[in-house]
Amino acid sequence: MSHGTSHLELQDHEKTFLDSNELIINMGPQHPATHGVLRVILKLDGEKVLGTECVIGYLHRGVEKIAEHRTYTMFNPYVDRMDYVAAVSNGLGYCESVEKLLNIQAPPRANYIRVILTELNRLASHMLWLGTHALDIGAITPLFYTFRDREEILKIFEKYCGARLTTHAFRIGGCLYETYDGFESDVTRFLKFVAPKIEEYEELLTTNRIWVERTKNVGFISAADCVALGVTGPVLRASGVKWDLRKAQPYAAYSEFDFEIPIGTTGDTYDRYLVRMQEMRQSLRIIEQAVGRIPSGPIMAKVPKVIKPPAGEIYHSIEAPKGELGYFIVSDGSTQPYRIRVRPPSFVNLQALDQMVRGALVADVIAVIGTLDIVLGEVDR
Amino acid sequence: MVTRLKGRHGSGIREATSYLGQNYLVVESTLIPDFLRMLRDEEKFDYLVDVTAVHYPEREKQFEVVWILYSFERNERIRVKTLVAESVPSVFSIWPTANWLEREVFDMFGISFEGHPDLKRILLPDGWKGYPLRKDYGIIQQDNEWVQINLGIESGQ
Repeated sequence: MSHGTSHLELQDHEKTFLDSNELIINMGPQHPATHGVLRVILKLDGEKVLGTECVIGYLHRGVEKIAEHRTYTMFNPYVDRMDYVAAVSNGLGYCESVEKLLNIQAPPRANYIRVILTELNRLASHMLWLGTHALDIGAITPLFYTFRDREEILKIFEKYCGARLTTHAFRIGGCLYETYDGFESDVTRFLKFVAPKIEEYEELLTTNRIWVERTKNVGFISAADCVALGVTGPVLRASGVKWDLRKAQPYAAYSEFDFEIPIGTTGDTYDRYLVRMQEMRQSLRIIEQAVGRIPSGPIMAKVPKVIKPPAGEIYHSIEAPKGELGYFIVSDGSTQPYRIRVRPPSFVNLQALDQMVRGALVADVIAVIGTLDIVLGEVDR
Repeated sequence: MVTRLKGRHGSGIREATSYLGQNYLVVESTLIPDFLRMLRDEEKFDYLVDVTAVHYPEREKQFEVVWILYSFERNERIRVKTLVAESVPSVFSIWPTANWLEREVFDMFGISFEGHPDLKRILLPDGWKGYPLRKDYGIIQQDNEWVQINLGIESGQ
C-alpha cells in the first residue's frame, strides 16, 4: 500500500475502514448460513459491505416447464417442492387457482381443513425460520426447541395424509382425505402444547442482549422501498404496512375468522422477528377458531374426471409464510396448462438483500439472509 | 377508469376486458413504459407483482409480456399485456423489483428489455444456449456442450 498516510490522516480517513483494500469474497453456495445453495458475492472494505450480488439457480428444476407437459392434476405434487418447508401453502395456492379457472368452489368443510393445515404449516415454517435464524446469529438452543415442537406439526400432517414435508394434502376441488379419528383433539392438544413454547422462545431471545445487539438497527428497509422492490410478507409488515392477503383479498375460509395483522414500526431485523412471533400467535388463534367448528358435509366439490379448464387465464395469490405466492395460469382449453407462472415470494424478497446490507458488516449479511426467510427451492424453482 | 384511459390513449389500448372477475388491458407495445408509469402515478397501482411472458410461436409477434399490478389503496389488481416480437422497454426505472423479474423473463424466453441496467441470465448459467420456456424447446432438451464442458459428463439426462 503506497498511501503514505500519517497516523493523523488515518484517523479521519473515512473512505476505507481500517485502511484496507477492497476485497471481493464469495459466500456460498455451500455455506450453512445461506439456507441452501445461495451464492453471494460480497464486495467488502474490511468488514464493511460495499455491495452484493446474488448468484442463484443452483436448484433450478424447471418447474414452470414441467407444468406445460403435465396435466393439471399431475402437476399438483410438483408445487410442494418449491417452498418445501411450506408445502401445504403452495398446494393451497395452486388448487385454488385451478379451481378459479374451472369456476368451482371447494366445499366449506374442505376450506376449514385447508385453513387448519395451512396455518399449522405457517407455524412450522416460522419455527424453522426462527431456529435457523437464531442459529446463524449464534444462539444454538432455539434450534433444538423449535425443531422439537415443529415435529408435533409434522406428526399431524403424517397422520392426516401420510407425508411430513411434501404433503400433497389438497386436490383440485377440495381435499382428498377426510380428517382422521382424533384429528380435532390432536390439533387442540397441539395448540395447548405450543402456546407456552412460543413464550419460551421469546424468553430466550426477546430481551437477550446478544440477540438485540445483533438484530436491532440491522437490515433496515423502509415501507416505500418494500413496495418499490415488491417485498411482501412479514418483511413488508415489519416496515409498517398493514397488508396481508388473508385480510385484503380473503381466500379459503379466512374471512370467517378473527385475527390481527401484526405490524412493526422500524423495519429492522428485530422488528421482523417480533412480527413473526406475533404471527405465530395469530395462527394459533385462527386454528383454535377453526378446529372448534369444522362444518360437516362433503370435502370435494363436483370436479370433472378430466380437468379441462376453458381457454383463458387467471392470476390468484395467497399469503404464504414468506409473502405473496401467486400463480398465473394460462389455459388453452386442453388438459395441460399452456403456461404456469409462479410468483415466488422468496425470489422477489431476496432481491432486497443488496439494499439491506449495503454499509453494514459482513456478520449482518448472515442476519439479513436469515431474516428474509428465503427457501432456495422456491427462489430457483 | 377504462373510459378515462381510453380517452387519453385511444387506439393504444386494444382491449380492456375482464375474465373471471379479473381485469386486464392489452396495449400497444409503443405505450410501454409510459403507460405503466401513468398507472403507478395516477391510478395508484404502486406495486408491481410480477413480470412474465407467454410464448405463442404461431403468432407474428410471438411473445405476450404480462405485467401484474396491484394497488394498495384500491385493493385491486390489473394485468397489462402487450405483444412483442423480441424486445420491450424495461420498467426498472419505475419499479426496481423489475430487475430480477425481467432477467428471469430474458433467461427463460430470450426477450430483451431495453434500458435494463444488467440484463443477463439469472437462473441458468451464463454460458447456456437456448431459452427453455419457449414452446420449441423440448422438455428434456439441454445445452449438451455446456453440460459436457462444465460438468464433465456425457449428458444430464
